[in-house]
Formats: sequence, C-alpha cells, structure tokens
Amino acid sequence: MAEFLMPILGADMTAGTLVAWRKQPGDRVERGDIIAEVESDKADVEVEIFVTGVLDRILVEPGTKVPVGTPLAIIREEGGAAPPAATAAALPAAAPAPPRRPAPAARPAAEGGRLRISPSARQLAQQLGVDLSGVTGSGPDGRIMRRDIEEAAASTAGALPPVELDRQTRMRQAIAAAMARSAREIPHFHLTTTIDMSRAMAWLSAENARRPVTERLLYGAVLLKAMALALRDVPELNATWSGERVVPNPAIHVGVAISLRQGGLVAPAIHDTDRQSLTELMEKFRDVAQRARAGSLRSSEMSDPTITMTSLGETGAESVFGLIYPPQVALVGFGRVAERAVSIGGQIVSHPVVTATLSADHRVADGHRGSVYLAALERLLQEPSQL
Amino acid sequence: MTDDEIRAVVLRLLGEIAPEADLEVLDADKRVRDQIDIDSMDALNFLIAIDKELGVDIPEADYPRLATLNAIVRYVSEKRAGR
Repeated sequence: MAEFLMPILGADMTAGTLVAWRKQPGDRVERGDIIAEVESDKADVEVEIFVTGVLDRILVEPGTKVPVGTPLAIIREEGGAAPPAATAAALPAAAPAPPRRPAPAARPAAEGGRLRISPSARQLAQQLGVDLSGVTGSGPDGRIMRRDIEEAAASTAGALPPVELDRQTRMRQAIAAAMARSAREIPHFHLTTTIDMSRAMAWLSAENARRPVTERLLYGAVLLKAMALALRDVPELNATWSGERVVPNPAIHVGVAISLRQGGLVAPAIHDTDRQSLTELMEKFRDVAQRARAGSLRSSEMSDPTITMTSLGETGAESVFGLIYPPQVALVGFGRVAERAVSIGGQIVSHPVVTATLSADHRVADGHRGSVYLAALERLLQEPSQL
Repeated sequence: MTDDEIRAVVLRLLGEIAPEADLEVLDADKRVRDQIDIDSMDALNFLIAIDKELGVDIPEADYPRLATLNAIVRYVSEKRAGR
C-alpha cells in the first residue's frame, strides 16, 4: 500500500486545497497519471501519481484544505491484495482541523426574558462591544459575570471570519514568501556576460521563414535549449539544495518563468529540456505557457526544475539579476536583445546582443564554475543550428 | 469577407489572447502592443489563430506591418483578396 500525499508545489507552500478527484476508488492508476487537482496559492495544479496500482480509498474530499504531506488517498500497489474491510476502515482519515476553542457548556443566562447579568459586566460588554445574546453565564443560575464578557470578547476576536483573499493576493503572498526565503537563505552570486546574438537571430529568422506559422520558433526556445545543453558542462548547477547538501538531478528540467495575465508568475519545468528538438521544445513551451495561464499545470512541472530561465523579451530591461527559486540552485536572466556597437577584427559594427546574468547558489558552485557555464551558453548560441 | 467582418474576427481573437483587455477603447491607429499587454508567445498564438480562422499565414518578415488594428485588417484583407 502506498499513500498519495498532498504535494508541495512551491517553496513555501504549507497547505493545499483538494479541488477534485480525477480517479475513483477501484480505478487502475499508472505512474504519471493525473489523479487529482489541487489548488495552491499560485495555481490550480494537476497532480500526478508516482506508483502504479489501484486507487483503493479516498481519504480527503474535494473542497478540503489540508497541510502538505497529508495522505489524500491510499494506493494499492500492483499485485497487492485488497485490504479487508476492517483494515480499510481503520486507515487514518485526514485529521480535521482542531476547533478554535471548546464550546462552553450551555447555561441559560436569560429565563423568562430577563437577562441575568451583573451591572459591571453589562458596562464591560458595552465597552467591548460584546453582543450579550451570545454570551453564556458562568455565575450562579447562569448569571453573566465580567469574566464571561472578557472571554466572549477574546473569543470573538479569535473567531473573526477569515479574510477571504483573492487569487491575486494569494499569488503575491506565495511569491513574497518564496522570494523572501530565497534572499534570506541562498547565498547568491551573480555573473554577467554579453552574448553576440547575430548568428542566433539570423538563423532563427531563416528557420522561421521556411516554417508554417504553427511550427515557428520563439527566441525563448533557443535560449532554453542552450541553457539545458550548457548544464551538461556544469552539472553541479543541475541540482537542488536539500537544506544540508546538494542533490544532483539525473535529468535536465529547465524551468521557464511565465508571467500571468492577472499578474504574478509561475516557472514550470519543461521536462528533459536537453533531449527535445527545438520543434518539440517549442511545442512544449507553448503548451506549458497556455496551461500556466489556464491554471492547469502538473505537479511535477512545479517541483522538478533545478534552474530557471527568465527572459524580459523584446521590450524589457537590459539585464536581470534574479532571485533563485528554492530549492533550485540557479537562474539565468536574459535582458532584451539590443543593437550595440561591437568590435570585430578592428571594425566597429552593429550587432544584436543580449546580457545574460547567472544567479547561482554559492553553496553548490563557485564563480569559476559559473563562468564556465556562461561560456558554454555563449558558445552554444553561436552554433544555433546545432541546438 | 468584408473588412468589418475581418475586424470582428481579429478583435475576437485579440480578446481570447488578452481577455482582460477592454477592446472597445482600442485605438485602431495606435500600436496594439502599446495598448494591450502581449508578449511574444501571445503574438505567436494570435498569428496561429489568424491562420486557422482567416486562412492567412503571415510570414515573420511581415510582422512589422501588423502594428495596429487597422494595419492587421488591411493586411489580412489584401492577402485574402490576392489568394
């Protein structure tokens, strides 16, 4: 038996709301299947399962918010026997949230329409704005005492209905938490290089001229592929930081920062970035961007990147010194492509250039290795047809 | 298809790309990208939608000719007439 847990979908996610089940008890599930939808502060996410078997029992109903790591369902792994009914019944259900305070014993304070309350308690109730109709007296014959008013006032303050935050506010809170943690915990270092993009842009124009619009490449896809291939030269940047040590990643999953129309951003992974042709990569890039904006990313896309690309496009600033999204260990920021005077063979000519800035975690790499990474990135962008 | 019909389709497609945009106040003679928040992915999706709905495959070299709503309508109209 295996437990299917509420996943962690962001650096500082502590809880998520189960939105819907995509599978029902008795359904066969395969590794990689989407079996549930979860709402985090940043997005609605389709959650995949990482074992193959049968969905044995659902433990958490849709609409329930539970902490990260809470068992949501039990999966009977392939070949496993169905548990006897008694065993299934004994499985722990998601623990309900504890009540804020125990309900006081009901004791009537008013009988026959007359409220039993001491004058000083009545005065205190007026001062604190306590509604006496909801107060239970603890004095003789249910008489309301000063202490009852004090408790009622405290209870009211503690039981204020939670402020219903809209998605945009929760998105900013999630970004604030992750970026504050990044700035607090990750010893960043930054390296910058200016890359001549004349070959890459010329190749891209020629390539797109022969492609139908449905297969055209964006400049961002070229950057993603170059970033992924450069990681093969500096594998220490393809890792996560566990809190104590570096955890290398066997596959290369580059995250791409996508701004959302309502504001905020997400940075889902494009899986196996280095193994995709540019056409495949562009297809996945379009797909993930559309799903990010539609709120249907998958859990692995949120949790798998080790490095993120952020590009300010054609009209942005010249350079980006980004903050790493924990537990990732690096980020490359690309400013806008701009025509600049460059010296080639003693001649001053105008070329399109881009400023690439590596933000890296000093716990996993140093400046020398970061520099090797940027050099590899630059080299790859000079041979775009090989990407 | 008349220019007005093309304009209606173009506006609908822009609305699908940028649902938060108030297209009723879009100035047809000013750059669309100065009035609506559109990135390169949005622009590509818009061009793919134009191809799909209006049958006009716009080469990348012609992108600079599509800056305003009026220019887009004119371009699509001419391309369709020349088919």
